Amino acid sequence: MEVHRYERLWIAASLLIVVAWIGTVTWGAVGPPGIQMIDDAGGTVDAGAIADSDYGATDTFREPGVYQVSENHYAVYVVARQFEFEPGSAAAIEVPAGSRVTLYVTSPDVIHGFSVVGTNVNAMVIPGQVTQMTVDFEEPATHGIVCNEYCGAGHHTMAGTIEVVPADEFEGGDAA
Amino acid sequence: MTFVEEYPDDAKLIRACFAVSFGALGIGGLFGLIQALHRTGVFQGFVSSSDYYTVLTGHGVLLALVFTTFFIAGFFVWAVTRSLEQSIAGRLAWTWFWLMMVGTVLAAVAILAGFVPGLGISADVLFTFYAPMAAHPIFYIGAALIIVGSWIAGANYFLAYRRWRAAHPDERIPLQTFMVLTTFLMWYLSSAGVAVEVVVFLIPWSLGLIQTVDPLLTRTLFWYFGHPVVYFWLLPAYVVWYTILPKLSGGRLLSDPLARVVFVLFLLLSTPTGFHHQYLDPGIAEGFKFVAMTNTMFLLLPSLMTAFTVVASMEHGARQRGGKGYVSWLRSLPWDEPAFVGIALSGLMFAAGGFSGMVNAGLNLNYLIHNTIWVPGHFHLTVGTAFALTAMAVTYWLFPQISGKRLQLKTAALVQPYLWFFGMTLMSNAMHRAGLAGVPRRTAEPMYPDTPGVVFEGVVGGIGEMRLQIAIGGTLLFVSLCLFLAVIGATWLAPRGGTLDVNGVIPEPLSGAEAAPRVLDNLWLWTAIAVVLVALTYGIPLWAWIVDGVLTPGSPPIPV
Repeated sequence: MEVHRYERLWIAASLLIVVAWIGTVTWGAVGPPGIQMIDDAGGTVDAGAIADSDYGATDTFREPGVYQVSENHYAVYVVARQFEFEPGSAAAIEVPAGSRVTLYVTSPDVIHGFSVVGTNVNAMVIPGQVTQMTVDFEEPATHGIVCNEYCGAGHHTMAGTIEVVPADEFEGGDAA
Repeated sequence: MTFVEEYPDDAKLIRACFAVSFGALGIGGLFGLIQALHRTGVFQGFVSSSDYYTVLTGHGVLLALVFTTFFIAGFFVWAVTRSLEQSIAGRLAWTWFWLMMVGTVLAAVAILAGFVPGLGISADVLFTFYAPMAAHPIFYIGAALIIVGSWIAGANYFLAYRRWRAAHPDERIPLQTFMVLTTFLMWYLSSAGVAVEVVVFLIPWSLGLIQTVDPLLTRTLFWYFGHPVVYFWLLPAYVVWYTILPKLSGGRLLSDPLARVVFVLFLLLSTPTGFHHQYLDPGIAEGFKFVAMTNTMFLLLPSLMTAFTVVASMEHGARQRGGKGYVSWLRSLPWDEPAFVGIALSGLMFAAGGFSGMVNAGLNLNYLIHNTIWVPGHFHLTVGTAFALTAMAVTYWLFPQISGKRLQLKTAALVQPYLWFFGMTLMSNAMHRAGLAGVPRRTAEPMYPDTPGVVFEGVVGGIGEMRLQIAIGGTLLFVSLCLFLAVIGATWLAPRGGTLDVNGVIPEPLSGAEAAPRVLDNLWLWTAIAVVLVALTYGIPLWAWIVDGVLTPGSPPIPV
């Protein structure tokens, strides 16, 4: 089979692009940027227990709220349900600036999204699974959260807020 | 002799498929217009925001499932009949047609009943129908019948090939039939996933025969099918680009062997990629996502090879027509022929869609755009233009041959693809940019004025300008669609006879099938390798979820 010289060059260049793309993704994941990605670290959970607010029955999820884990590290447990984030919608999630925050999010009903607008903090929330992601909040700011997976007739009303407050004004972190 | 004179039964079958396909296109397109005006806030008087999702489900299912599958099934009847030179329309053919038809009616009734609250039937679950959100059982049964019908259509093509092979033991598989068969092998392998999801899990679950399903498992089965399905749409467009576009350009295909290589690569690599739709899912280890990412990136290769062949074949055609120079040969192409214009412009848009697809496939870049309106911006270039505009354009060429009628309203037919291209340029560029700003997809009201902190900042341009472009673009696309339906409708109603401007003769490629290694035609071998690749990609995670309980962690149905 004869392949024209130009086409051979084209195929070689195409393969180079493919490999280069894989290279950039690998570099972003394991190189200096070290972009944290969603995996199976959060474990599974009984969606029925979440629906009944029976958080004591699970060992992968806790009563929704903000918990201090260590000096600059907080854990935030969020329930995403039709059509609100708890906490987040009725009351903002409050965390101090300059902290590292690990979010644990799950759903008692249908699949939801958890997207912090204008950032790459973005994840799916699936009943039976706990979505775990760690985020550094450097500066005081007000961030919006939207559910970006269709979850029912009120989907477009499902949103919330993360308030990153100056560290010396922060008074939460003891949800338990 | 025209196709309709030689194969009248097949021509009738193709016309029936096209009638259903274009009917779905019209309704689905109208729904698209309603969405473009509603979610941009330009006009929200058609439906309430909660009924928006009924419209959105109809748009997705009617266009991505019904319009595509019926068009492909009919178009492949033409390709197989023409290239094997035998009629394939018979009892089996009408069986699959009617199965798909019944499936379409059931699914459409379930969706449209959502507009009438008193009926108690709803299927506002969108094209992806993720559990635990539950539709009425007839929605799932309808979807299953469409898939099963398409399988029987595939059997129809394979049986025709077997008859042909018995009479031609040593010949190479004719190129168009080769493309149809490899496309359908890929389709059998990948649609098995959604078939298991729907038949084993969702139908019994929606009927109350089983209490729970595992949302992550069913979602994974969906995406096992949900990415390769885009190649099920794309490859028929490639059949057009490889075998018809060179002729319409005035020349011939450069290389038959490389066309076969491209289709084999799609058979091998299309299916083990589905996890790239689940990059942001919990419960899936990063390694499996990484493997899907590399497979997806290698799928760029056959598409980039196609880009070369399409442009080179057009250049060859232009030079046959007297074209000169490095780029000025472009002027010698038939820019006043609607079929050529539509196919060429859809190829150009597909190139742009390919680049935004590379961003989607980037495991880490994806976090920025996942479930934003960037994603529909992307696939309106691919399935919404590369497939849809190619399908419309090739119909201008094919319909006279399967009906024996001259194409009517030729001016409208010529304006139509240019208008589609312009409207899609407005809509898609704005959707991509709005997605970069974080605006979500699949929502009736994307602005969240009452929530502190939700601010969408455009990188280039403002949100108001983007929303206007989406609304204007969507309107122009609907006008273009109406032009298409008017042209085909007028042609359908026109009397038979007169000389057609088109014929179905396809010139031999410059480098013919005899130059292709025989192993390329070994469909058993390629299928076996494709199955092994799927087992390597999906075997471990699926096995882990199955041994921990097929129905756990479980969720009961949540009606919508």
